[in-house]
Amino acid sequence: MRGWMGKFKSLFLLSALALVLAGCGKENLTALVPKGYGAESSMNLIILSTIIMLFVFVVVILVYVIVLIRFRRKKGQENYIPKQVEGNKTLETVWTIIPIILVLILAVPTVAATFDLADDSNASEHINVDVTGNQYWWHFDYAGEEFQTSQDLYIPTGEKVYLNMLSSDVIHSLWIPSISGKMDVNPENVNTMYIEAYEEGVYWGKCAELCGPSHSLMDFKVIAVSPEEYDQWVEDMQSVDPEAEPQDAVAQDGKAAFEENSCMSCHAIGSSPAAVGPNLTNFGDRSKIAGFLDPTKKNLVDWLMDPESIKPGNKMTGNYPELSEDEASSIAEYLMQLQPSEITPESAGK
Amino acid sequence: MSQDHSLNPETMPAEPEKATLEGKNKFFGLWFFLGGETVLFASLFGTYLALKNSTAGGPTSNDLFGLELVFLMTILLLTSSLTSVYAMYHMKNNEFKKMQLWLGITALLGLGFLACEIYEFAHYITDYGFTFRSSAFGSAFYTLVSFHGGHVIFGLSWLIALMVRNAKRGLNLYNAPKFNTFSLYWHFIDVVWVFIFTVVYLMGKVV
Amino acid sequence: MSIAATQKRGFGTVLWDYLTTVDHKKIAHLYLFGGGFFFLLGGLEALFIRIQLITPENDFLSAGLYNEMITMHGTTMIFLAAMPLLLGLMNAVMPLQIGARDVAFPFLNSLGLWLFMFGGILLNLSWFLGGAPDSGWTSYAPLSIQSPGHGVDFYVLGLQIAGAGTLIGGINFLATVVTMRAPGMTYMRMPLFTWATFITSVLILFAFPALTVGLFLLMFDRMFGSAFFDVALGGNTIIWQHLFWIFGHPEVYILILPAFGLFSDIFSTFSRKRLFGYTAMVFATMLIAFLGFMVWAHHMFTVGLGPVANSIFAIATMAIAVPTGIKIFNWLATMWGGSIKINSAMLWSLGFIPTFTIGGMTGVMLGSSVADYQYHDTYFVVAHFHYVIVGGTVFGILAGLHYWWPKMFGRILHEGMGKFTFWVFMIGFHLTFFIQHFLGLMGMPRRYWVFLEDQGLDLGNLISTIGAFLMAIAVIVFLYNVVHTAIKGDKAPADPYDGRTLEWTTASPPAHYNFKQLPLVRGLDPLWIEKTEGKGKMTPAEPLGDIHMPNGSILPFIMSLGFFIAGIGFIFQVDHSAWLIAVYVGMAIAIGCMLIRSLKDDHGHHIHKEELEREAD
Repeated sequence: MRGWMGKFKSLFLLSALALVLAGCGKENLTALVPKGYGAESSMNLIILSTIIMLFVFVVVILVYVIVLIRFRRKKGQENYIPKQVEGNKTLETVWTIIPIILVLILAVPTVAATFDLADDSNASEHINVDVTGNQYWWHFDYAGEEFQTSQDLYIPTGEKVYLNMLSSDVIHSLWIPSISGKMDVNPENVNTMYIEAYEEGVYWGKCAELCGPSHSLMDFKVIAVSPEEYDQWVEDMQSVDPEAEPQDAVAQDGKAAFEENSCMSCHAIGSSPAAVGPNLTNFGDRSKIAGFLDPTKKNLVDWLMDPESIKPGNKMTGNYPELSEDEASSIAEYLMQLQPSEITPESAGK
Repeated sequence: MSQDHSLNPETMPAEPEKATLEGKNKFFGLWFFLGGETVLFASLFGTYLALKNSTAGGPTSNDLFGLELVFLMTILLLTSSLTSVYAMYHMKNNEFKKMQLWLGITALLGLGFLACEIYEFAHYITDYGFTFRSSAFGSAFYTLVSFHGGHVIFGLSWLIALMVRNAKRGLNLYNAPKFNTFSLYWHFIDVVWVFIFTVVYLMGKVV
Repeated sequence: MSIAATQKRGFGTVLWDYLTTVDHKKIAHLYLFGGGFFFLLGGLEALFIRIQLITPENDFLSAGLYNEMITMHGTTMIFLAAMPLLLGLMNAVMPLQIGARDVAFPFLNSLGLWLFMFGGILLNLSWFLGGAPDSGWTSYAPLSIQSPGHGVDFYVLGLQIAGAGTLIGGINFLATVVTMRAPGMTYMRMPLFTWATFITSVLILFAFPALTVGLFLLMFDRMFGSAFFDVALGGNTIIWQHLFWIFGHPEVYILILPAFGLFSDIFSTFSRKRLFGYTAMVFATMLIAFLGFMVWAHHMFTVGLGPVANSIFAIATMAIAVPTGIKIFNWLATMWGGSIKINSAMLWSLGFIPTFTIGGMTGVMLGSSVADYQYHDTYFVVAHFHYVIVGGTVFGILAGLHYWWPKMFGRILHEGMGKFTFWVFMIGFHLTFFIQHFLGLMGMPRRYWVFLEDQGLDLGNLISTIGAFLMAIAVIVFLYNVVHTAIKGDKAPADPYDGRTLEWTTASPPAHYNFKQLPLVRGLDPLWIEKTEGKGKMTPAEPLGDIHMPNGSILPFIMSLGFFIAGIGFIFQVDHSAWLIAVYVGMAIAIGCMLIRSLKDDHGHHIHKEELEREAD
């Protein structure tokens, strides 16, 4: 009997746990499982405010239920006139003072956390990345280093990384739910926020301010690696030779086609701080194509042939000559071989 | 017109503009309207203050503004406010002719103000190439000042329409509230100008 | 004027009557009709949104069309559905509650209505003339500046015209409450709904001009080459956000305070008790309105205003919880010890309490700025404001409609269908929106055309869509109820609910002069006082005499039409200057109407004593 009960109990616990986990969403995307400093600060306040508010809710519902059970007009009471009460000073004072206290309990840590997260006085001692939001991709320029990336932001774990963000067109908002809350990326003034990831991994980043038709596809990744790996990655990125000829013939054709079809007028391979289109230096290492497609050659060819059908309203459509299937295929081959580092989203995600 | 007698009593009450319910409604209605207008101009002032240094390489407020003309404009508009007070004084004494005379002077002063403003804008555009499209500062300046100018034009049209419409029939309880609400509106325009004079022109010369 | 007599009149006569009416009760009918129509339209748009999000990476709508859908859903629901429906209720009831025969400015009342109608039509014409606005109902610059086509132009002009109408309506209500209260109806004897109307009108008065300015700046940038939001010429896009939210946050209270007011009246009536803590309720309403102007930047926590601004606005936002809490507890205390009768109007009010409490709770949670860095612009926010606006305003409108339907239309809505509507809507509502709190925290930003596969968002979105369809079913049943009631609903007596306030002393529906003799008010809940201490009906405050009433006029309709034509002209003059003709013609019509109105005396008419004596009581 006990065995059966025990089994039932553990089964129940297990399924409850699964439900809770499923209820929290996908790991490294959900804000409910914080894995960075900002997300944790927010989560603490979310939990505190939820507890306070649940207390209020329970009180309200308790009174509400009692009222509905006790004071409904019953048969035979059709002519009953209740006592007309004007009010009650004591009661009214109580339900004014208690909310004030509850609000204060929430306000103090809120203000503390607000100032904590806005503190950029030590920014110069940490890694700084200049972030540019574009319709519909992200540009990351590592301040003080001679390289840039697009879509994939590499950071070392356990360290603050300051993001100095500016938009090249409309307002965007940078959000990495598991690591940090969001901050707007405005066209006229640089906004700074810092992020810190606790664990290695690949984290989803999203744009959180409506920026046009493909707003929902403006995803990016934060690749958090150990500090040693990060240093290795920086070294790899700095030693990229943008002119290097690919090994095989298809990729060489691709490089030629890439140059012929004016891809270079927007895209850079190698360092180029001002970017019209995404920097492709480590394209082959990227976790996704166009921010959200799996990095397969087929997806890349589809993208090159008709980007509009994949990301409506993007700025690439119509700005390059029409590609033949072969050209697209060889360019894809070339781009996917741009793999300057051993440190990749795959290695970080394990 | 069966009730015309009630609007043309033998002796006018002391406050003919508030003697009827309609008059009272107009009085309160206009005050509320001016409350809304205050927010309208506050928003425009806020916008102007945020953008007044955004000259995008074009002329700055210090380059542009000459205080002599603006001072003249201020005198014109302030005086017109005063003359409209005289007009209302005569209205309360049921002296229609005198009221019309002072309202006429008010209108002339208002027209003088408008003429100066048009000259001012033309001067900026032709001599400095400073337009609505030059810079964010230009957009904000012309928008704020023109919104005020537009109010002056509307006020003048209102005043002239009132004067012409009632020229022959004199004062009664039906039109007294109309004259009164006009004068309130005119004072408001005057107050807004005082702020424009200070915030736009004086502060524009200082900074 | 009996209903039978109305039905005998031809359609043309009725139409002309409604086009020219200045009677606040008929204007209320038109507001309810217009607001109801746009509510259905906005609801349809909501269904399209939910169908698109039923599965991941769905292609039911294209990306561009989806953005148009969300923009129009929000704009329509706020400006063209919720507000007009509330203005309709205010028009129908507020003058009756203060014992007035009409409003202070009947002509302007009609003008406000027609401006709203034509503004709404103009905005929705965009669907047929090259595409709807697509920058969200907030239309943040510079996205709204760069938005191609004329969508955003329709947004600007449509809202400018409709907004002017609302502003006029607000001023009218303010003056009405100040000058037209019946003898003895002091401020502190006004029913809470009247108070709410009054304070809401103050909010409209001080909030809408900020939107007016914002819309002008947007219009100048889009049409005439100014540089307010053009960063290259020194412009600043944050100005739009400030102006929009200086309007936009009070707007939230414009939507919720009237609902608070009518819930207060309903709880009191159906508990047979006077409102608990009347004075506190009045001052809580004022405090909410006042604080409502101090918190706009909590919509902008992530803009980068800095920790000082964020902290101040966070605390101010949380402070609003205090007066709101006072209200919730006062409502509970009103019912405590009462004799509660539950019908459809009361059901909606009872449903409101837990629903709105959740909305208020998440409001405080959102006020905590650092927590908001996670919530902001996600489905958490979507869930929050639907809990407040649907759980508060829409529940309020439906409660008010069920409550005052007999007063407005002379017939009682079918109770069974009313209750069915409530339960289906209530369940559908919570299904749709409760799960969205979690979707937001699980990483789903709002305004996402698609969500990706394998992100743990599928189930939540599916549930949400199912809920939306339940709400749609409920609305259809309600519509059927309206038709059913109009054809064979029960005739309503003057006072079907054992009411407490002055509107229940008039016939259902009231005569067009409302009160044959103005009532003498002796305290709060005047009718209740007469019922318990007097003869059960109001003592007249004046002898029977001639009643002065305003004349009807077609001018407001034509004037609004003029602005509508000018609006079209403004939108298309960008393409071809020939369209400027429409601007001139439209403005000429509008200004011409104003001149006629100013120059032609309109003294109204009198209903003579003899006529009144002939009419039965």
